[in-house]
Amino acid sequence: MIDNKLKTIFATALGIDEAAISDELTYGSIPEWDSTAHMMLVAEIESQYDIMLDTDDIIDMSSPAKAQTIIAKYQD
Amino acid sequence: MTALLDLPPYDVDAAHKTPLLQAALGELTQHHYQQCQAFKQLINGQWPQFNADNAPSIGDLPFVNVRLFKELRLQSIGDDEVFKVLQSSGTTGKPSKIMLDSAAAALQSRTLVKIMQHWLGKQRLPMLILDHPSVIKDRRNFSARGAGIQGLSFLGRNHCYALKDDMSLDIEAISEFCDKFADTPVLLFGFTFMVWQFVVQQLAHQQQRFQLPQGILIHSGGWKKLADQAVDNFNFKQGVLTTLGVSRVHNFYGMVEQVGAIFVECEHGHLHCPSYADILIRRPGSWQLADKGEIGVLQLLSALPRSYPGHSILAEDRGRWLGDDDCPCGRMGRYFEVLGRLPKAEVRGCSDTFGQGGNL
Repeated sequence: MIDNKLKTIFATALGIDEAAISDELTYGSIPEWDSTAHMMLVAEIESQYDIMLDTDDIIDMSSPAKAQTIIAKYQD
Repeated sequence: MTALLDLPPYDVDAAHKTPLLQAALGELTQHHYQQCQAFKQLINGQWPQFNADNAPSIGDLPFVNVRLFKELRLQSIGDDEVFKVLQSSGTTGKPSKIMLDSAAAALQSRTLVKIMQHWLGKQRLPMLILDHPSVIKDRRNFSARGAGIQGLSFLGRNHCYALKDDMSLDIEAISEFCDKFADTPVLLFGFTFMVWQFVVQQLAHQQQRFQLPQGILIHSGGWKKLADQAVDNFNFKQGVLTTLGVSRVHNFYGMVEQVGAIFVECEHGHLHCPSYADILIRRPGSWQLADKGEIGVLQLLSALPRSYPGHSILAEDRGRWLGDDDCPCGRMGRYFEVLGRLPKAEVRGCSDTFGQGGNL
């Protein structure tokens, strides 16, 4: 499961309720998570965690859990 | 199939690529034959002898005239699986509609990123978009230009638009971007005509010059309007260098009907096929395969399209096959040049070969 900080970021970037963020949520599975929202999500994660994601990360970041793993990679 | 799509874009020579691509395209032909009624009728009408089980060579594969995507909704998925509909710019008549399911959309972005990583690196670079911001404002209904910009913006960060909504230059925004990123690699992206008409020409007219010495300009969208003004690739690059100080310029050729596996221009001005795609040249009229160096009609092959039958398309562009695996730039694969749109009479000729297809 993902931490609360990331949950808030997802809710803000996708414009959805925090309760709607589950492990089943994937890129494209709801209309709110489209390519535009994805870029907002990336920008928000980068600024909140002070990291720089590369193009592979953006493509791989297809669920909240994947996002959590990718962020962890930069926090070692 | 999966193996082919996992390969790096420009490392595979013909001896290794041909059998993989042939198998992938044969399998896709069979898949679309089974899943898309209109494609099946087209094959039955135009290629009655065709049998995907006989491991057809790439040159023997059936091809769909690109016009058919304007006239018919061609899809190999159920209506409930449609995730995204891509539309061509459609300057004349009806636009093409390309149906993607979520797997196709993901594969298409992944492939585009893999190809562009080769030219730009994996890092996302500060990005100057040579267009105006409202082109992507309506996110539920992008124009073809908006969709292109949205797709490429994945590769950048700190996005900055060079034009205002009235198409005038946003000098303030460009200056700020150039001050901030003059000493780092940056990505510039725009549509060929927009870059020339609204950025290069306007900057030249206002006698404004910027310097982005580490900039890489990626542009696409066709040369027709520039050819009308007698502007060729050389003039274009000169104009970009003079006004923006950018010397690395890469055009790419691709169409909405085969999005993802694009053909990028190398340092020697040649368009390169990535591992996942190829081109053939056909003689208008007989539709036989043309020889290397001969001008003819471009046929585009791609291992990507699974949700719609776009893996083998006859384009309405003229081109010339220049070589295989031996471009001086060192990249493997076929390289070619595009020589503009087909004259109208020849376009009609192409449609005629689809007489029976038209009865669908």
